[in-house]
Amino acid sequence: MVLELADVRKSFGAVQALRSGSLRVEAGSIHALIGENGAGKSTLVKIVAGVHRRDGGTFRFRGDDVDFGSTADSKGSGIAVIYQEPTLFPDLSVTENVFMGRMPLGAGRRVDRAAMHTEVEGLFQRLGVHIDPRRPARGLSIADQQIIEIAKAISLDAALLVMDEPTAALSGVEVDRLFAVARSLRDEGRALVFISHRFDEVFDLCDTVTVMRDGAYIGTHQIAETTVPALVAEMVGREVADLFPKTEAAIGDVVLSVEGLTSAGVFRDVSFDVRAGEIVALAGLVGAGRSEIARAVFGIDRYDRGTVRLDGANVRPGRPTVAIRAGMAFVPEDRRQQGLVVDSSVAHNVAGVIRTRLSRLGLISTAAENKAVRPWASRLEVKTNALDMPATTMSGGNQQKVVIAKWLATEPRLLIIDEPTRGIDVGTKSEVHRLLSELAGQGLAVLMISSELPEVLGMADRVLVVCEGRITAELDRSEATPETVMAAATGTTPDRIHLEHDTEMVQEVTA
Amino acid sequence: MSTLEKTPSAGPGSAPRRGPDLAKVTGDLLRSRELAVLVVLLLLVVVATVKSDGFLSGDSWRDLLLTPSILLLLAAGQMLVIITRNVDLSVGSTLGITAYAAGDLMSSGSSPWVAALGAVALGALLGAVNGVIIAFGRVPALVITLGTMLAFRGILLHWAGSDRVNAGEMDPGFLDLGTAQVLTIPVLTIISLVVVVAVGYYLRTSRGGRELYAIGSDPDAAALFGLPIRRRVLGAFIASGALAGLAGVFWATRYGGVSSNAGEGIELQAVAAAVIGGVAIFGGSGSVWGAAIGAFLLVTIDRVLPILGVPDFYQQAVVGALIIGAIVLDRVLASRAERRLAVEREVAP
Repeated sequence: MVLELADVRKSFGAVQALRSGSLRVEAGSIHALIGENGAGKSTLVKIVAGVHRRDGGTFRFRGDDVDFGSTADSKGSGIAVIYQEPTLFPDLSVTENVFMGRMPLGAGRRVDRAAMHTEVEGLFQRLGVHIDPRRPARGLSIADQQIIEIAKAISLDAALLVMDEPTAALSGVEVDRLFAVARSLRDEGRALVFISHRFDEVFDLCDTVTVMRDGAYIGTHQIAETTVPALVAEMVGREVADLFPKTEAAIGDVVLSVEGLTSAGVFRDVSFDVRAGEIVALAGLVGAGRSEIARAVFGIDRYDRGTVRLDGANVRPGRPTVAIRAGMAFVPEDRRQQGLVVDSSVAHNVAGVIRTRLSRLGLISTAAENKAVRPWASRLEVKTNALDMPATTMSGGNQQKVVIAKWLATEPRLLIIDEPTRGIDVGTKSEVHRLLSELAGQGLAVLMISSELPEVLGMADRVLVVCEGRITAELDRSEATPETVMAAATGTTPDRIHLEHDTEMVQEVTA
Repeated sequence: MSTLEKTPSAGPGSAPRRGPDLAKVTGDLLRSRELAVLVVLLLLVVVATVKSDGFLSGDSWRDLLLTPSILLLLAAGQMLVIITRNVDLSVGSTLGITAYAAGDLMSSGSSPWVAALGAVALGALLGAVNGVIIAFGRVPALVITLGTMLAFRGILLHWAGSDRVNAGEMDPGFLDLGTAQVLTIPVLTIISLVVVVAVGYYLRTSRGGRELYAIGSDPDAAALFGLPIRRRVLGAFIASGALAGLAGVFWATRYGGVSSNAGEGIELQAVAAAVIGGVAIFGGSGSVWGAAIGAFLLVTIDRVLPILGVPDFYQQAVVGALIIGAIVLDRVLASRAERRLAVEREVAP
């Protein structure tokens, strides 16, 4: 047994990210770790990597009890981790990125560049890619960056290799090469942990699978003895249909009209409408350009060509203030960083975007703020005892409600919401969904970006699928199925996707 | 991979990448920054020589090389700190304290060697104060070194009062060093250049040097890589302080007297020299060569502008325009490069 985790717990403030994580990985095997977003997989990985320290539970590596205080500790013990998002130094060369922290020294304690370049070239050959080891990492595609992460992990010669969704940004050929390398590492007797949302990859590559749900261990199976429906049932643990109640709403006139929106290298020829009372979902793989489209529509990023119209009037590009005045609201993906001033009170947060309207002679009084904010807070059932409590003390679900309340105070015509329930525990997810559904019922146009296919299928009246910066499919509620969305998201035709295991492979698109 | 096949065009894929020429272009751009500043510097010297015959001879030549020696040291130290995404505003005050300490040691009978080493050690100590607070307290360097800039100056004022160390109290051999030359090149400048080369060598060839760049390039990634961030940042501040201490020694020997306002405002010149020389203020890139050329340029401008007949009160504005121009140029080049990379990524598959 190389890695043994039992009943590991970890909390961040009030949020319990990991209630009871367990994982046992044997040498010479590839172990899949699966679960929905927010199931606690990444937290578990970060504990293994030494990024976080566990609050409790057992953690054994190669038979010894360990407690890594830093990533250097875990690396030194023989653990290599590839994170979901590549973490490279843009200013340094590819080679230096591979060897940073442990560069080989030659004569006179000088960094041995020649040796490093040779080894990196050998690694790239093994991975079958052509990247110049001497170029800086800045400007590399996500796929290339991921390749560098993989090369780094291999060169560490680790006993345990953890890969957190390494294939999300890779093409088919690259995935095949990665798997070949993974198998050869397994045959050398190393242990690998592979986190993925794609069942075909899990079944293709792994020997064993562990399922997590809501921060807890659910079960471990031999791949040969389990099926996709069985795993999905364990991962979800509830019926998808009950979770996302989008009520029927009268669909009104076109509110948002986007035509031919293009931004070089990011997205091309994006055209779509959103009507009043309608929820339109932008679906697709991470990195397909969904968030970028939304940011351009709202004026955060500039675009090269195309028009954005709200209620028939052109919206000037590149100016969020103009977009807000025209009637747009934007709830970003990362609410702690972009949507919420976490250290400020709820009232401050909600009043933030309507400051100018509330101020008298340039000054804002707390009384005026509270007066303006109270109706929204009560309507959203934000459970805060007092409006002057700092937002940081609230749960993820309530924080998200505060962000939505903030924007509703501007009385928008269109609400753009990026990953409405990311990082929100399952119980409050449905509350956020009910709220969105209600708002649509009142005639608000909603443009929702979501990586969770159940959410997309449950909430959206129409699904726009984005693949590599283009809208590859526009599906009505009746046409949208896991297969059709997945096909458009990966740029294939539905009949090429033979979902041999089951039609309910709803989790795949969350990759 | 039996079922879902993503299109091969999802990324640049296995197709040969256009990496090599890109890297070359980027490398050329980076190098050209130092070159561009060097060209401006040489142009200035040429113009000044044309305008004023004696510019490259005798005392004028010596001053041209000698005056930058102090700023060279400070710019090299500052550059070390800036590439880690920090800044050290206390070096002017450190220079003042250490210059006074060196003079004071000599006037109380110590040998010049003891005085010089003492000053460098004191500078390193003051740098360590900055470094410990910033690296371990996780507070912004801008605020902390602004505080220590005032605090160190305050200590010097308390210590020196209205007193000043005069040339008569210092060792005559020590004072001669200030004007000594080897093959018409001032000794102080030679020492400074040796220091610059040593810093450049360290940054280029040692693990520590590469890690300093990494820390400034992406602090979060540096933490994930398990780099000894605190130790490196502390080291950078100690080096900056020690170099400021050496600059203090230079100050004493060059000017032959130290009062409590020695080195006031020079910290901003050090930052300016680094920035003009292409050191990114947000860390991660730039070279000590650039910072050194920047230091030469700043000092030379001060001397050349009067020769060109630019009135005194415009001189600072010219320097300011140079800094702003350098940063705007950086920004424009960076965003153009980013755009080009984005477009190429799209075209590549």
